[in-house]
Amino acid sequence: MEKFNKITGIVVPLDRANVDTDAIIPKQFLKSIKRSGFGPNLFDEWRYLDHGEPGMDNSQRPVNPDFVLNKPVYQGGSILLARKNFGCGSSREHAPWALEDYGFRVIIAPSYADIFFNNSFKNGLLPIVLPEAVVDQLFNEVEAQQGYQLTIDLQQQSITKPDGSAIEFDVDAFRKHCLLNGLDDIGLTLQKTDQIRAYESKRKNEAPWLFDSGE
Amino acid sequence: MAKTLYDKLWDDHVVHQDEDGTTLLYIDRHLVHEVTSPQAFEGLRIANRKPWRTGSVLASPDHNVPTTDRSQGISDEISRIQVDTLDQNCADFGITEFKMDDIRQGIVHVIGPEEGATLPGMTVVCGDSHTSTHGAFGALAFGIGTSEVEHVLATQCLIQKKSKNMLIKVNGSIPYGITGKDIVLAIIGEIGTAGGTGYAIEFGGQAIQELSLEGRMSLCNMAIEAGARAGMVAVDEKTIDYVKGRPYAPQGDDWDKAVQYWQTLHTDAGAHFDTMVELDVADIQPQVTWGTSPEMVVTVTDRVPDPTKEADAVKREGMQRALEYMGLVANTPISEIAPDKVFIGSCTNSRIEDLRAAAAIAKGRKVADTIKLAMVVPGSGLVKKQAEEEGLDKIFIDAGFEWREPGCSMCLAMNADRLEPGERCASTSNRNFEGRQGQGGRTHLVSPAMAAAAAVNGRFVDIRNM
Ligand code: SF4
Repeated sequence: MEKFNKITGIVVPLDRANVDTDAIIPKQFLKSIKRSGFGPNLFDEWRYLDHGEPGMDNSQRPVNPDFVLNKPVYQGGSILLARKNFGCGSSREHAPWALEDYGFRVIIAPSYADIFFNNSFKNGLLPIVLPEAVVDQLFNEVEAQQGYQLTIDLQQQSITKPDGSAIEFDVDAFRKHCLLNGLDDIGLTLQKTDQIRAYESKRKNEAPWLFDSGE
Repeated sequence: MAKTLYDKLWDDHVVHQDEDGTTLLYIDRHLVHEVTSPQAFEGLRIANRKPWRTGSVLASPDHNVPTTDRSQGISDEISRIQVDTLDQNCADFGITEFKMDDIRQGIVHVIGPEEGATLPGMTVVCGDSHTSTHGAFGALAFGIGTSEVEHVLATQCLIQKKSKNMLIKVNGSIPYGITGKDIVLAIIGEIGTAGGTGYAIEFGGQAIQELSLEGRMSLCNMAIEAGARAGMVAVDEKTIDYVKGRPYAPQGDDWDKAVQYWQTLHTDAGAHFDTMVELDVADIQPQVTWGTSPEMVVTVTDRVPDPTKEADAVKREGMQRALEYMGLVANTPISEIAPDKVFIGSCTNSRIEDLRAAAAIAKGRKVADTIKLAMVVPGSGLVKKQAEEEGLDKIFIDAGFEWREPGCSMCLAMNADRLEPGERCASTSNRNFEGRQGQGGRTHLVSPAMAAAAAVNGRFVDIRNM
């Protein structure tokens, strides 16, 4: 997992509440054998005017010019500003995979669905919770100013606005540690490599047959 | 301190434990199939990681493989890509795979035990909820998700919290016509599909001891349908006899040492269970599910239940919805229900003993004219071969059954084998959910002999009267 420290990026405002994971990545794309490559189909039904299926050449599809992701000013955005209960619905891990693959590193919303929230951290996406009034204010500012950018400093737990003012945010200490160091669950377990090796050598003594096959 | 079987299996695999009980658990055997593994392998590639112990992994394609002629490969493109991807991943990472054209190919939950790759005392995982099957060997076996598949590949461990202990004791001697499948369906009917949630279930008692390993596998297979991630049975002489001589089983000195250890794999007298359930096998009759959840089950001599007699409003509604989906009328005798198709197979009931039981009923009889399709799908290439050596294929074919190639098949209809909307099926599989065997399909779960009997009679009958 990529380390997360400090990023500055364009903010993309998605002004809808209760965005569910089927909207984030529709079910027909779950047949894929990959966890990357979902970016072009992120928000597929809103983003394109036709019905998307796996294997289509997305560059040839008619885009919905009114959808925020398609507006020229938001190209290259890495911070998604969203409304409450973001990521509700099915537990598919494909939702954070798609957001991350598109290029988002941060989501800011008043609240998230639990599983989506957890899945995001596992996949290097930082979901920030801010009070509804603060999120409202951000929506106003983003819409008022072209190319609106924010700087997110995870170490300091602060969001810096273009005018230099800052907003603080909360994050679970353990999750912060994982993100800062680029540690996913696997990375964390691998920090215990010595313990795993020690267990294996003890076990090899007691139950050698468990280590015979094919090795 | 007196320990349960689950306690022993757990304790023997703890690599590290945090104060809050979060445990790093060591995994001995990892079974892999084509559906839940591609993203895990891709994750390894992206992070530049290698499998920790390739020798602990055994792979085979099962969900998507065709059960008819395979010489032309797989015609459905998405299925073919999933199977090709598994082949490629196993080749790239050096993992043993029984490919589609290998005689040892089959449903992972059949081939693990068949190869002796599932051994008593192991932790066994697979990206598949029916991994509980392997608990029949006194192993700790449970299903995991795709992220966890990747985690086990990369670290040989899983981050877990221990479940509570439940004992389900089935007393008495098994009467004629009752199988492991009937026992587990009756248990689920008793405790419900959430009855085992949060528990590891140990099955014990005289009836369980009397079951063969095949019967115990059918039983543990459906522990997940009772809500428990893991089900298990203590090791006894039958377990050890079953394992002996299989390709992956220990040999020589290792064998003796292993047997010594395996003989300790049972619950100590006086060990504590958080919950205990007791049944008498004498009360269990051949089971048939009538609804869209495995707990919606009655005996073959019963009638379809009547929702108006259910006091609980939520349950009543659930029953009504199920009856509507199943196209059934309350109070209809089960013996008047006529299936359109019959499926004998799946990781619950596709082993040699299952096929023998079905063949014993099919022998000298004919599939009823009203049955559109009756199919037998062995669990593995080796089961198929053995059945053919015993002449079971002939019995089935003479009776009008189709004799197919091994795989998951109509258990979940990911390949071409499926029910059409509204079709009714007598099935030896484990899930009767809406759409499980094909959109709009209606599934009745039964034992292999009961399925064969439904095929030759065109309706459900009590095999004890045949
Ligand atoms: S036979 Fe059915 S339940 Fe068993 S692994 Fe295959 S699809 Fe899953």
